[in-house]
Amino acid sequence: MYKYDHYDRKIVNQRVDQYEDQLNRYFNKELTDEEFRPLRLQNGLYIQRHAPMLRVAIPYGLLSSNQLRTLADIADEFDRGYGHFSTRQNIQYNWPKLEDTPKILRKLADAEMHAIQTSGNCIRNITTDPYAGVTPDEIVDTRYIAEILRQWSTFHPEFALLPRKFKISISGSKHDRALVKTHDIGLELVKEQENLFVNVFVGGGLGRTPVIGQLLKEKLPIEHLLSYCESIIRIYNLYGRRDNMYKARIKILVKALGVESFKKQVEDDWNNGKNSSNHLNDKEINRVKQFFTSPNYETVESIDLEDQFRDDHNFLHWIKRNTREHIKNGYRSVTISLKGKKQTAPGDIQSSEMRVVADLADQYSFGEIRSTHEQNLVLADVKEKDLYDVYSALCENNLGEANIGLITDIICCPGGDFCSLANAKSIPIAKSIDNLFDNYDFLFDIGTISLNISGCMNACGHHHVGNIGILGVDKDGSEWYQITLGGQQGVNATLGKVIGPSFSADEVPAVIKEILNVYVAQRDSEEELFIDCYNRIGLDPFKEAIYKN
Amino acid sequence: MDTQLIKNKELILNDWFWVVPDTSNEEVKKQAGKVVQFKLTGEDFPSDGTLHNVTFPEAEKVIVPLRLYLLKTDEIKKKYKEYGIWIYSHDELDLFNHLKEDINSFPVVGVYVEKFADGRIYSLGNLIRRKLSYKNDLRALGDVFKDQLFYLARSGFDSFLIKEGYDAKKALLGLDDFSYSYQGTLNQMPLWNER
Ligand code: HEM
Ligand code: SF4
Repeated sequence: MYKYDHYDRKIVNQRVDQYEDQLNRYFNKELTDEEFRPLRLQNGLYIQRHAPMLRVAIPYGLLSSNQLRTLADIADEFDRGYGHFSTRQNIQYNWPKLEDTPKILRKLADAEMHAIQTSGNCIRNITTDPYAGVTPDEIVDTRYIAEILRQWSTFHPEFALLPRKFKISISGSKHDRALVKTHDIGLELVKEQENLFVNVFVGGGLGRTPVIGQLLKEKLPIEHLLSYCESIIRIYNLYGRRDNMYKARIKILVKALGVESFKKQVEDDWNNGKNSSNHLNDKEINRVKQFFTSPNYETVESIDLEDQFRDDHNFLHWIKRNTREHIKNGYRSVTISLKGKKQTAPGDIQSSEMRVVADLADQYSFGEIRSTHEQNLVLADVKEKDLYDVYSALCENNLGEANIGLITDIICCPGGDFCSLANAKSIPIAKSIDNLFDNYDFLFDIGTISLNISGCMNACGHHHVGNIGILGVDKDGSEWYQITLGGQQGVNATLGKVIGPSFSADEVPAVIKEILNVYVAQRDSEEELFIDCYNRIGLDPFKEAIYKN
Repeated sequence: MDTQLIKNKELILNDWFWVVPDTSNEEVKKQAGKVVQFKLTGEDFPSDGTLHNVTFPEAEKVIVPLRLYLLKTDEIKKKYKEYGIWIYSHDELDLFNHLKEDINSFPVVGVYVEKFADGRIYSLGNLIRRKLSYKNDLRALGDVFKDQLFYLARSGFDSFLIKEGYDAKKALLGLDDFSYSYQGTLNQMPLWNER
């Protein structure tokens, strides 16, 4: 993974100095609340219901074991012993003290981490496929391009104060696991005769106005990646709305201008400046690429786990759901579920559990961990012969939930328990749905399905792209939940459709159960996934069943 | 004369009189509900009436709004020894096309931000340098203080009029917030060139 040199270290340390000075000036009343706000946000600091919330960047979801231990230490020393993995591969602390934040940032800097641009109206953490570099369907490894983008976007002088936040994501595989079509800029890397190109999507996003991104530029040669992104963001910076924060994202600008007219403006600017100093060259691409070469894989035989562990159903369930194919024979990637019965909220992790994961990474997976936008963790390179040991260790520490991609692998925002913008709570809804499934058989019978919950239309839980989406709404001051069906992420990204009038919190579990019953009754075989069944039969059968009473 | 002006990494005496039309009596026009004229993002410019009523100060050097300059070119040329122009952050770059003279005949061009969080100023700096090839003093005006200076300097600005009431000496230090920058700009190569 990327290692800091003295330049990176200096930049991150100077950022902490800068922030400390800003905080002091704020305490001395030399900066008003309004002035300090964008400054603290760009350091990941929100002021929330209970306390400030600090969001720490995990660039493209990649962490070393020592970095994870640092995160655990911070949780113990400055928070309440836990952290929360977010849907953009970052980690959040819910209880730090404002005056402690410079100390936390220094600790992070010592471990080559930071909270730069994790919030605020700037280019945010670049996200990508958590299985980059190890997934068999990969065309191009996205990690080094993500690192190049991280550096380019860090303190980009022109884009420090955009109309609104700006999210970029990259995918380099046949299956898009990076949600490129629901990002402000989505980048799809492709290869032709060893030359790299980028398909550039623009204007996707969820939030109050969910939009699927549109293809702006096909096959852009990689050396123009930075200058092209600059032109897009420049046009957005100048013309994106600043008078109404709900209409300020680039998707609204692209819609208002029309994608063709937007493109014309971008290309006019780009043609004038494409040979800017940020024209990428092979030397730089290769310099960064060498940080992401394959680890020293051993030559090992593949093992028939099904046969060897034929009596251990729980283990085989876990293998089926929580591990996936690897480019290297005899290896698999392990996804650790943070959605177990013991987790207080989806994505939450105790400091002790972080240390367990860090140790397992050291012992079995080259000391690296990745975070996923589904709020889970990944050990990307585990030998098949070690899987049972890894599984056992995870089980001993309440991390052995075998539910990746199943309905209890819920993506959920902090909601009304923590967030001041919420219409409704979301964590208790996740818990009540989780409680429907006390045995694996029903869970496994339902199979792959996604369920996403957001406490308000800001859509932090990505409810629009959940096969089942739950959205907290406010009706006359009380909490209600609107349900959508048919949302999907990936190459065929689709937004879910509202099923009908909303429900109270008590009703939600029964409604979910009814939806699943309809699916089980209507599927043409056990192989037909929920989403395929839904696409075949449509909304009506679900609607009828739910509202018949 | 105040000492809020930073140029060439120094505080210098500001002998430029900055002319700002008083728009406080103007009726605020509500933006139409639809996003028709996107580029204006809802903000108004001083009306011709307001511009006509601007009283010209007794000074040697002034910076006047480009809109005012276009309206009263002759008067300004006659009255002042030196004059510069400034635009609002919601002005379009095209406004400069109305100038009969070369933009480089102005010793100072300013961009005004009403609010610190308005980041358009940075892109305007880039465009004024790159598209209009402006070579002289590019000045940031308005809600400008320490925390923008590093970025402004890298977006083509070379002087900064620090907002009244803000410590300009401290602000000066903002120019040195970072020793290195990853990305290149119009006049700086990216860090990767050094690595
Ligand atoms: C508790 C504090 C939080 C607050 C106040 C908050 C606020 C917001 C707001 C206002 C938006 C909408 C922005 C827009 O549409 O322009 C948003 C979007 C988003 N938030 Fe949060 N959020 C919080 C926590 C989280 C957490 C914990 C996660 C991850 C689990 C998260 C992930 C996201 C994502 C992914 C989006 C983007 C949705 C999109 O594509 O538009 N947020 N957040
Ligand atoms: S979706 Fe709404 S309730 Fe949930 S975290 Fe985001 S802003 Fe808060």
